[in-house]
Amino acid sequence: MPEFLVSILAALPPGLAVVAENVIKIACILAPLLVVVAWFTYAERKIIGYMQVRMGPNRVGYYGLLQPIADAVKLMFKEIILPAGADRALFIFAPILSLGVAVAAWAVVPFDDGLVLADVNAGLLYILAMTSMGVYGVIIAGWASNSKYALLGAMRSAAQIVAYEIAMGFALVVVLMAAGSLNLREIVLAQQGSLIHWFWLPLFPMFLVYFISGVAETNRAPFDVAEGEAELVAGFHVDYSCMPFSVFFVAEYANMVMISVLSAIMFLGGWLSPFEALLFLPERWMSTFPLGHGWHWLILKTFMFMFLFLWLRATFPRYRYDQIMRLGWKVFIPLTIAWILLVGVAIVAELGPWFDKA
Amino acid sequence: MSTLRRLAKTFLLLELLKGLGVTFRFLFSEKLTIRYPEEKTPKSPRFRGLHALRRYPNGEERCIACKLCEAVCPALAITIESEPRADGTRRTTRYEIDLFKCIYCGFCEESCPVDSIVETGIHEYHFENRGENIMTKEKLLAIGDKYEEEIARARAVDALYR
Repeated sequence: MPEFLVSILAALPPGLAVVAENVIKIACILAPLLVVVAWFTYAERKIIGYMQVRMGPNRVGYYGLLQPIADAVKLMFKEIILPAGADRALFIFAPILSLGVAVAAWAVVPFDDGLVLADVNAGLLYILAMTSMGVYGVIIAGWASNSKYALLGAMRSAAQIVAYEIAMGFALVVVLMAAGSLNLREIVLAQQGSLIHWFWLPLFPMFLVYFISGVAETNRAPFDVAEGEAELVAGFHVDYSCMPFSVFFVAEYANMVMISVLSAIMFLGGWLSPFEALLFLPERWMSTFPLGHGWHWLILKTFMFMFLFLWLRATFPRYRYDQIMRLGWKVFIPLTIAWILLVGVAIVAELGPWFDKA
Repeated sequence: MSTLRRLAKTFLLLELLKGLGVTFRFLFSEKLTIRYPEEKTPKSPRFRGLHALRRYPNGEERCIACKLCEAVCPALAITIESEPRADGTRRTTRYEIDLFKCIYCGFCEESCPVDSIVETGIHEYHFENRGENIMTKEKLLAIGDKYEEEIARARAVDALYR
């Protein structure tokens, strides 16, 4: 932390200093996050455009780089419409809740060893709690709109989110069994060793299940039946306009970044360097910036998963609703339960090469 | 055995990976987008756009008010009135094309015995007020004067096939 901030904090009364310090830390996480979210929308349009052999936005600024700002300004100048008969308080509260929980989960994300806002021991549990709160935003939005279409859309997406949350939770149970901890920092440290010690390899099916569930959970293509722009209008946020509408979208994109960063932490070793334990590299390279451990690896891995989100959307046609439900309930949940048993046996038997040290 | 193969295929997501491979290849392929106002697609010399009335090189207007175009126009978009001029030749006093009615079929150009009414390659034009859709004789002649070179070039290229 810079000198002048330290001196300012020291001058404050102790209670206030703690609050101020945390507010500064929160701003340090949220500001880059929201910037990433804004340009993630640009990246989405650009990358999907490129995959469809067109250019994507290229009018506002160089290569369309200012497009997110133009979109934000446009949305802000639109009218906020409160439907007649809508529950005003809940109608406004729903998008806030959606974004709030999407952002709150970042409190326990470790960016580097020790670089975390709240080093909670039950970090994984906290994350599960926060991500499952997101579904309330959807249900409240659908109900508060006082429209049968919004309500039906909310039910549709809530059913989907709930179905995939179970598989997701089970996949994370496998991770915490393998790591022996709920603390995200310790989960990353448990993956130390080398590229093949990261959990993606020993828990490969869980890796797939987790990421696919994450895609379904954020209501993204190919699981975006909740929105399904080609066949239905919007779903739970039909009656939203202007900023409340865009807040839902910011929440959706923040959730995507969240799922990406969690995948990177749980399965790709978080801030660990992929060059670890490559013996032919000299020791001093490994302890310095580009090749050593550090937050830049986490960012890189996160961006990789974010790209995967867009790539999936550009590639696959939408699932049918019954297929989504079948995949969630009949394939993922039995698969994860079976894998829990398998990993449990491996841990008890101290099976090498991954589970022998515990 | 075939069930086993099917299961392996499903759970290894082989077909999905194949699809991802295709989109990834296209990520780097050349883009087909034309950045419109800066870049334009090539246009045929036969393109039928905004109308124009041409003149002879000596400045005399070509139109002799034969009214063939008015007669052939399937949309009834052309209105012509004519009178003898002081030198005894017959000329139009009014030559109007309603661009809202016009279907850009090019019959007027085909029927014209003196190559007076033509359709130019101009397709980027708009109206801002009511009534501007009526192209009067003055406007048509002005367009003809302005774009005579292009018009003549397009006719010369296409002359071979007429």
